[in-house]
Amino acid sequence: MEDCLAKKMEITVSEAEKRTGRNAMNMQETYTAYLIETRAVESQSEGQCAPVDSLWRRYSEFELLRNYLSVTYPHIVVPPLPEKRADFVWHKLSADNMDPDFVERRRIGLENFLLRVASHPVLCQDKIFYSFLTQEGGWKEMVNETGFQLKADSRLKALNATFRVKNPDKRFTELKHYSDELQSVISHLLRVRARVADRLYGVYKVHGNYGRVFSEWSAIEKEMGDGLQSAGHHMDVYAASIDDILEEEEHYADQLKEYLFYAEALRAVCRKHELMQYDLEMAAQDLTSKKQQCEELATGTVRTFSLKGMTSKLFGQETPEQREAKLKVLEEQIQEGEEQLKSKNLEGRDFVKSAWADIERFKEQKNHDLKEALISYAVMQISMCKKGIQVWTNAKECFSKM
Amino acid sequence: PGSGPKSLREMPHPLATSSSEEMGPALTPSPDLLLPRSIADKDLSLPNGTPVDTSSPASSSSLLNRLQLDDDLDGETRDLFVTVDDPKKHVCTMETYITYRVTTKTTRAEFDLPEYSVRRRYQDFDWLRNKLEESQPTHLIPPLPEKFVVKGVVDRFSEEFVETRRKALDKFLKRITDHPVLSFNEHFNVFLTAKDLNAYKKQGMALLSKMGESVKYVTGGYKLRSRPLEFAAIGEYLDTFSLKLGTIDRIAQRIIKEQLEYLVELREYGPVYSTWGGLEVELSEPLEGVSACIGNCCTALEELSEDMTEDFLPVLREYILYSESMKNVLKKRDQVQAEYEAKLEAVALKKEDRPKVPTDVEKCQDRVECFNADLKADMERWQNNKRQDFRQLLMGMADKNIQYYEKCLTAWESIIPLLQDKPETK
Repeated sequence: MEDCLAKKMEITVSEAEKRTGRNAMNMQETYTAYLIETRAVESQSEGQCAPVDSLWRRYSEFELLRNYLSVTYPHIVVPPLPEKRADFVWHKLSADNMDPDFVERRRIGLENFLLRVASHPVLCQDKIFYSFLTQEGGWKEMVNETGFQLKADSRLKALNATFRVKNPDKRFTELKHYSDELQSVISHLLRVRARVADRLYGVYKVHGNYGRVFSEWSAIEKEMGDGLQSAGHHMDVYAASIDDILEEEEHYADQLKEYLFYAEALRAVCRKHELMQYDLEMAAQDLTSKKQQCEELATGTVRTFSLKGMTSKLFGQETPEQREAKLKVLEEQIQEGEEQLKSKNLEGRDFVKSAWADIERFKEQKNHDLKEALISYAVMQISMCKKGIQVWTNAKECFSKM
Repeated sequence: PGSGPKSLREMPHPLATSSSEEMGPALTPSPDLLLPRSIADKDLSLPNGTPVDTSSPASSSSLLNRLQLDDDLDGETRDLFVTVDDPKKHVCTMETYITYRVTTKTTRAEFDLPEYSVRRRYQDFDWLRNKLEESQPTHLIPPLPEKFVVKGVVDRFSEEFVETRRKALDKFLKRITDHPVLSFNEHFNVFLTAKDLNAYKKQGMALLSKMGESVKYVTGGYKLRSRPLEFAAIGEYLDTFSLKLGTIDRIAQRIIKEQLEYLVELREYGPVYSTWGGLEVELSEPLEGVSACIGNCCTALEELSEDMTEDFLPVLREYILYSESMKNVLKKRDQVQAEYEAKLEAVALKKEDRPKVPTDVEKCQDRVECFNADLKADMERWQNNKRQDFRQLLMGMADKNIQYYEKCLTAWESIIPLLQDKPETK
């Protein structure tokens, strides 16, 4: 992927800053701004670093960018943004958007989003995306000027509305089903993981109480005192160790969350196909009925029941001139309809082709990323076990000296 | 039975009530402890520094305690081994109960045979403990596991409960075995050897009713003005000690509770990976692997919690009971001292000019001194055993936790190659 922007440009979201300003309703608000830094990748031989460009963006601008990309490239599984509000929290984690840990994790998530877009063969070439990274002022206006909101199909927003599609591409139907199941299973996993984290936290922290009581007990002992005291210290270390362990695990949760949201993006592509297929089928149906009307007018036979037919029977027939005019209009419409149907068909097939290509790309990426995530999770668990063995071995040694 | 110096054996028990000469089982000092070499090696003085008058029979008990061999007897110098094992359920018309096999191996002369194997139930242990408390009032008797269990809450016949109890009963007898005075108690001997313990129990009761008075020596009704410093210190130590143990017990229980709640969540967590695996193709095996791994961790955690419940908590509670017993012994000592001081005061108030202190006051003084000596010796032994017991207990706790983490570590390490595996290489 030599054309990929990510290869030509280093992109980081390096800082987050609290800002206050006035919103659209002229009310004071507090928000966080993120610093995007970009630098052209120079050839290694020069050994020189290109200058860093930077600009500040807030979350809502990222949202605008993503909306634009989703509408403009409906056949692409567009990378998701990190969550808007903290979800799947366990008790120690804050659900507050201003909480520094949340902001930090969001910063990483936003950087990840930009890198995903920049390494996508199609998306990375988008001008609006490039301007997002490089042009501070007037970017919002530029996006709105593309008029992408008009292109947006409001029906896509109605997630659960069903359309009776007679001949969808089976692969998309299966894929939509898969994305629903994936969303469900990852949500469940994240919820239970949060509860597991909560409980594990409790187990570790209670051990801290040993530290205090061993210390108090050691005060009344002679030979046992030192051993107890130092063992108590190790219990304190044990209790404190859980904070770092669980913080690291949040990164794993974030990786899972990304694919939870990716499942939504996948579903959106399937829905788009459904809608296109629906429109196509509706257009074909409309064309067929117009052709029938035409035939009926021409031959004078009424094959199907129609109100017009009935009224004309009841209130008298049309004049030959009227009939002629109507036929002409219909014939024009039929011609238009046939052309539209042709182009819709073509559109539909192009969509299926390019969407499926991106879906294959996405599947590979997903398998690779999730495997990596599972490996890093296993590594985290291994590290936690080793720490546990270390602490208890130290404590055992202290006890042996009692 | 024994072949020690006759004079000593014929002496009445120093702490027995003065009126009864033909009382029941008396403390029979082991002839072994009167070997000349032990006397020569030890510094013969009472705890308060006064030299021991070896001619006085009343101080023989304290003397013997002073002359005891080193507590840390290794296998070679031990001559009495007792084990409790093989629990069996007995179903009778009236009741259902458990008996335990009590095996004794010994070279002591007090025993007719070198080996014994008898069956005893909890009631028998309880009887033994009561008898020891009665006949050895100056000594600390080890505690028994709790007598009553709330029916319906604890299954008295479950494997875990029976095993926990067996261990405690075994500990109980071993502590008596290790005690240089208690291990020679005649009731203990009968407990270990008699085929029909019930017959002996009845005989004991009959003897009591014939005598018409209790063997108890504690007169009661005397109040001690102030406890001597060294015993006050012991009392304070025991108070703080049992307080701390109580705290540790609560912490341990809390940890077990949190671990079980963690386990509940883990049990839901693991299978979700499996469900996910069912949706995927290439990720199917890795996800199944993670699911199985979490399952293994669940098993390991369950084992840890079980171990803590069955091995750790009962020993803690036993030691709390032990300190309570010791505190009671301290109180009895206070009683004896109070009685002595009261009698002394009564004598002092009499204006008569007496050449020497009357014998019953003298006997009281001896009792106080013996009790003090016994108590201090027992306390020292108890402290030493306590240190070893807790060392073992806490190292055991650390060990179980290490084993838990090692099991989890193995599980996670074994799945790394599975996760890294590329389908083409299969």
